[in-house]
Amino acid sequence: MTEHTEPASFAFDDESEARITKVMAKYPAGKQASAVLPLLDLAQRQMGRVTGSAWVPKVAMDEIARRLDMPPIRVYEVATFYLMFNMQPVGTYHLQVCTTTPCWLRGSDQVVEACRKATGIKGWKETSADGLFTMTEVECVGACVNAPILQVNDDFFEDMDAASTEALLAALRRGEYPKVGSVTGRQTSAPEGGPTTLTTLNFPAE
Amino acid sequence: MLSDADRIFTNLYGTGDAGLKGARSRGDWDGTKAIIERGREAIVEEMKASGLRGRGGAGFPTGMKWSFMPKTIGALPHYLVVNADESEPGTCKDRDIIRHDPHKLLEGCFIASFAMGAHACYIYIRGEFYNEAVALQSAIDEAYEAGLIGKNACGTGWDFDCYLHRGAGAYICGEETALIESLEGKKGMPRLKPPFPAAMGLYGCPTTVNNVESIAVAPTILRRGASWFSALGRPKNAGTKLFCISGHVNKPCNVEEELGIPLKELIEKYAGGVRGGWDNLLAVIPGGASVPVLNKATCDTILMDFDSLREVKSGLGTAAVIVMDKSTDIIKAIARLSQFYKHESCGQCTPCREGTGWMMRVMNRMVQGRATIDEIDTLEAVTRQIEGHTICALGDAAAWPIQGLIKNFRPVMEERIRAYKAQSGNGGRSMPLAAE
Amino acid sequence: MVKVTVDGIDVDVPPGSNVLQACEAAGIEVPRFCYHERLSVAGNCRMCLVEIEKAPPKPFASCAYPVNEGMVVHTDTPMVKKARAGVMEFLLINHPLDCPICDQGGECDLQDQAVGYGRDGSRYTEAKRAVKDKDLGPLVKTVMTRCIQCTRCIRFSAEIAGTPELGATARGEGMEVGTYVQKALTSELSGNLIDICPVGALTSKPYQFVARPWELKKTDSVDVLDAVGTNIRVDARGPEVLRILPRLNEDVNEEWLADKSRFSVDGLKRRRLDSCWVRRDGSLVKAGWEEAFAAIEGKLKGVAGERIGAIAGDLCDAESMLALKDLMSRLGSANTDCRQDGAALDAARREFYIFNTSIAGIEEADAILLVGSNPRREAPLVNARILKRWRAGGLKLASIGTVADLTYPVEMIGDGPAVLAALADGSHPFAAVLKAAKHPMVIVGQGALRRDDGAGVLAAAWAVAGAVGALGAEWHGFNVLHTAAARVGGLDLGFVPGPGGKSVAGMLGGGVDVLWLLGADEIDTSRIGANTFVVYQGHHGDAGAARADVILPGAAYTEKNGTYVSTEGRVQRGQLAVYPPGEAREDWKILRAFSGWLVKPLPYDTIEALRARLETVNPVFARLDILPRFGCSDAAGPAGAGLTGGAFRPAVANYYQTDVISRASPTMAACTAAYAAPVAVAAE
Repeated sequence: MTEHTEPASFAFDDESEARITKVMAKYPAGKQASAVLPLLDLAQRQMGRVTGSAWVPKVAMDEIARRLDMPPIRVYEVATFYLMFNMQPVGTYHLQVCTTTPCWLRGSDQVVEACRKATGIKGWKETSADGLFTMTEVECVGACVNAPILQVNDDFFEDMDAASTEALLAALRRGEYPKVGSVTGRQTSAPEGGPTTLTTLNFPAE
Repeated sequence: MLSDADRIFTNLYGTGDAGLKGARSRGDWDGTKAIIERGREAIVEEMKASGLRGRGGAGFPTGMKWSFMPKTIGALPHYLVVNADESEPGTCKDRDIIRHDPHKLLEGCFIASFAMGAHACYIYIRGEFYNEAVALQSAIDEAYEAGLIGKNACGTGWDFDCYLHRGAGAYICGEETALIESLEGKKGMPRLKPPFPAAMGLYGCPTTVNNVESIAVAPTILRRGASWFSALGRPKNAGTKLFCISGHVNKPCNVEEELGIPLKELIEKYAGGVRGGWDNLLAVIPGGASVPVLNKATCDTILMDFDSLREVKSGLGTAAVIVMDKSTDIIKAIARLSQFYKHESCGQCTPCREGTGWMMRVMNRMVQGRATIDEIDTLEAVTRQIEGHTICALGDAAAWPIQGLIKNFRPVMEERIRAYKAQSGNGGRSMPLAAE
Repeated sequence: MVKVTVDGIDVDVPPGSNVLQACEAAGIEVPRFCYHERLSVAGNCRMCLVEIEKAPPKPFASCAYPVNEGMVVHTDTPMVKKARAGVMEFLLINHPLDCPICDQGGECDLQDQAVGYGRDGSRYTEAKRAVKDKDLGPLVKTVMTRCIQCTRCIRFSAEIAGTPELGATARGEGMEVGTYVQKALTSELSGNLIDICPVGALTSKPYQFVARPWELKKTDSVDVLDAVGTNIRVDARGPEVLRILPRLNEDVNEEWLADKSRFSVDGLKRRRLDSCWVRRDGSLVKAGWEEAFAAIEGKLKGVAGERIGAIAGDLCDAESMLALKDLMSRLGSANTDCRQDGAALDAARREFYIFNTSIAGIEEADAILLVGSNPRREAPLVNARILKRWRAGGLKLASIGTVADLTYPVEMIGDGPAVLAALADGSHPFAAVLKAAKHPMVIVGQGALRRDDGAGVLAAAWAVAGAVGALGAEWHGFNVLHTAAARVGGLDLGFVPGPGGKSVAGMLGGGVDVLWLLGADEIDTSRIGANTFVVYQGHHGDAGAARADVILPGAAYTEKNGTYVSTEGRVQRGQLAVYPPGEAREDWKILRAFSGWLVKPLPYDTIEALRARLETVNPVFARLDILPRFGCSDAAGPAGAGLTGGAFRPAVANYYQTDVISRASPTMAACTAAYAAPVAVAAE
């Protein structure tokens, strides 16, 4: 664990509790440990919602251990195994740049560079001085035909390049939140220019 | 060429309404009750007859997998677990099914669960697919509301619950037993087998884990008949398949085509061809990061199906075609995959935990050429020391790309080493740098 | 049985065995790191790879692969050798080559197997991994860079110790074993982590850099710091005991050892009594044996037998207790008592005071009632056995006494003796649970007996056992859990007041003029009469010696040959590993010599003769090591009556310091500081 300030306590708020009720109903009696990933996620989201930084403090893990009747170490193990849990505070916008081969082939290096330039962040897992951005190198996020991908918090921005990255970050700085998905205006995973299959079918459009 | 009439995923690109109304207009949830009324045995037999092989990468016959579940339901409940942890680099097909055709998946979940005696199904979706999970949950809610799932699903008398469970960032959870561990609230560490999930899976109960695509095609197969499906594709490689074409093509895309389509046709017809033309092609990884790379000569003629690719010592995997043109630093491309596997190793087995890091470091030196020629042989030996020595196949998957690289591009590696030696003049010894 | 062929050798193994066990049955050694027969199978180190005919052509982890009929296994093929050499190479690439400064050196599985199965060199030229060490408290030292992630320690702490505090956080190459948050391990069995760690990642903190294994003389013996009778090995170099390790005994301690018994070893060389002392003008001064004997003789002159008494302490061997008892009877005294804590132990019948079910028998129990006992503190290995039974499933547990974390769930059904009556008459719901059990157990702790109504509690607990069917002809479910290694032996040889004799309470407060304390330090010495002349015979300068008028330096358990009877009534022998320091002598010899000085010589000159006398006194002393199990022959219970007291109080306040040795141990003092919260203790 790196240096950061741990909150003194953690309790799920009403919004989280409402979701926890739904989560717990999914698993059979006595198998409540299944809810450890969802609860860690809810804790992280609550931290983001309440403090502006979506991460999982130790006190939250202890609370989850208590609720799920698990030894705390089992929760620590899980929280550190899955990489979506931030074990230290992050910026408002968590920039997760995929650099795995399919994205790299399509220019993820330029996206990384543009992120660095726009945020002033040098290394991975670092947060910009203004607390707005944290940059993380992530492995394949599973949208490879729309590579390269820049994931911001929960959302994929696809078909990125240096210019669109700069524009996206500038928009975020302005407090805007651009449309999620392909930044080139492509129809999801269809080839550029529109689908070349499924063109003879006549279903009602969305 | 596959006609649109034979395509299963008719809303692949999300041009239509993904909701229940749109799904119904595309034929989903049509006559589900009648399919269920055929009975467990008949459904499993029909699936066997269709020749469907698992779409998650291993290509195991789906109908046969279903038949491994106990015929009668004993003291323990049965479970269907759907693997939506799509994380294999290059692969993004399940994402489209989930966000654009979720009802095909849900109908498949119900039918498959019934066929295996399961009253509950968990769909384990990778955590990064947040918006996709939201979309799928809304489809689940719709289906419950419409009585398609839940108590007395589709009026069949069969109670069926479907739950969505989100992962949290671990490639290894795509391995079925790691997925089960994760679903039980543990680290995603693959289990020792035997026992296999069909005997002891989720919560110790009989469980089958199927890929999203395998489950989502089932309703259409059962509606249109095994013979329709098996007539598509090639013998023992039946049906249609979602291909993901990424990398150095003019128009990267997903497309549904018949198994056995020539790779060249797939790339040229659907993905706008290789950047700079077919002759600018360097190599293709034909089935997601885990399968060995093909050189151009092989690409010229290879057919895209399980057996054809196995013959050339590669694999269809998830049918994720990663195309690399001649501008590609192929060593770097594979080295980046080595970084991926090192990053995603769960850490359980010694060869994988230690070996993936070793390979990555050597590969990173190979990118620079900061190595000796005989280290290529050492590297190859290390991959053999990992392959087949671990609990799950991640060790194999980490080994194969490097083996493919050495097999097809050894001269490039040697040339890099010679160039580094010439430029650095230190004899090319692979002295570890202090800063490393 | 399943027939398996290993390297051409046919063996029959029980169904459900794994291939590794089949190989062992065939006498074939299979290297392993993660596999441990008492822990769940992890199958992660991949060292135990073998080749199996008619299986896919790849090596299989033998620890995780079940045998089937007719299986043909090979452990010596080129494939297997190559595979193991490969795994070995992987294990070593990130393992530091610091064997010269590693305490595991010489008894390291990694070292041994690298020599046996590894390559002659490494091809790894990259930088090695470094892992930050963890602070696990005063006992276990970590050098985590040496860790090979076998996860034995994680499984031990969860499965055997019942304190799931260790885990493997992060993943892949970055996976680290530890507690994640800084915390000292809370288990009383943590020292076993050192034994099961196959490398030098977890070593003994107090023992660091002390000795190499080949320098040590190893002596098999028996532990005396609790009443379990743990089998130990005492490792000594020259005159010094350097460490104590467990020795395998499936029926007693399996292969484990409790922390106090392992780590009190540094108490053996501190505060030692290594010469005689005689009080002159209020101060103790060093003296020779003759001077000391003369002082005692002078004091005894003219004192009537009934004004002389003897109390035996918790660590005494049976031989010295018998010698002291014989000496007392020669002096005309029936005032002998081995129950220095005043516990109402009834020596009338052996089954009233031993752990009749036996420790191994716990595994057959299906319901357990704890009466005033915290086995985790009083006998950690008995507790581990209960946990083992609980983990196997179907065990129901209830406790009367103080709420405590026993590592398994226990239903608290009361805090004092009142509930015993309700259990006996069946009005308490747990009575039905016990009654429905096939093998119910009642375990009575010293906290329930060390009180004014102790005899009544004992009788009431027996009555409960009888009422719920725990006193069967085949199954004896009545158990007394002792905390003192000497106690059952003392009761067996009759170190209790003879006809008209005085108990401990009677001897204190001026009840005798001469009081002989044989290692008795747990009495309240302030209650000894001001004019009582006290002889303290023992090995540590503790409470008894401070009050003594004459001190006779005895031998600690590692320095003498002695017989001990454990709580379950098992007769075992400790052996001399080193000689007692200075002028100190084996205790029975001191007593024999003093009897000679008085010209009333005890009738044995050798330990063999003394042991023959022991067997005459009670034939159980002839039954060495083995423990026949008996049902209950006579349902009539102990004589006590009356339940007047309030809540039971714990018998052990601070697990780490309960006796003169552990009180003299700096390591145990460190543990006390780290762990022990003061607990109100049951007093007489």
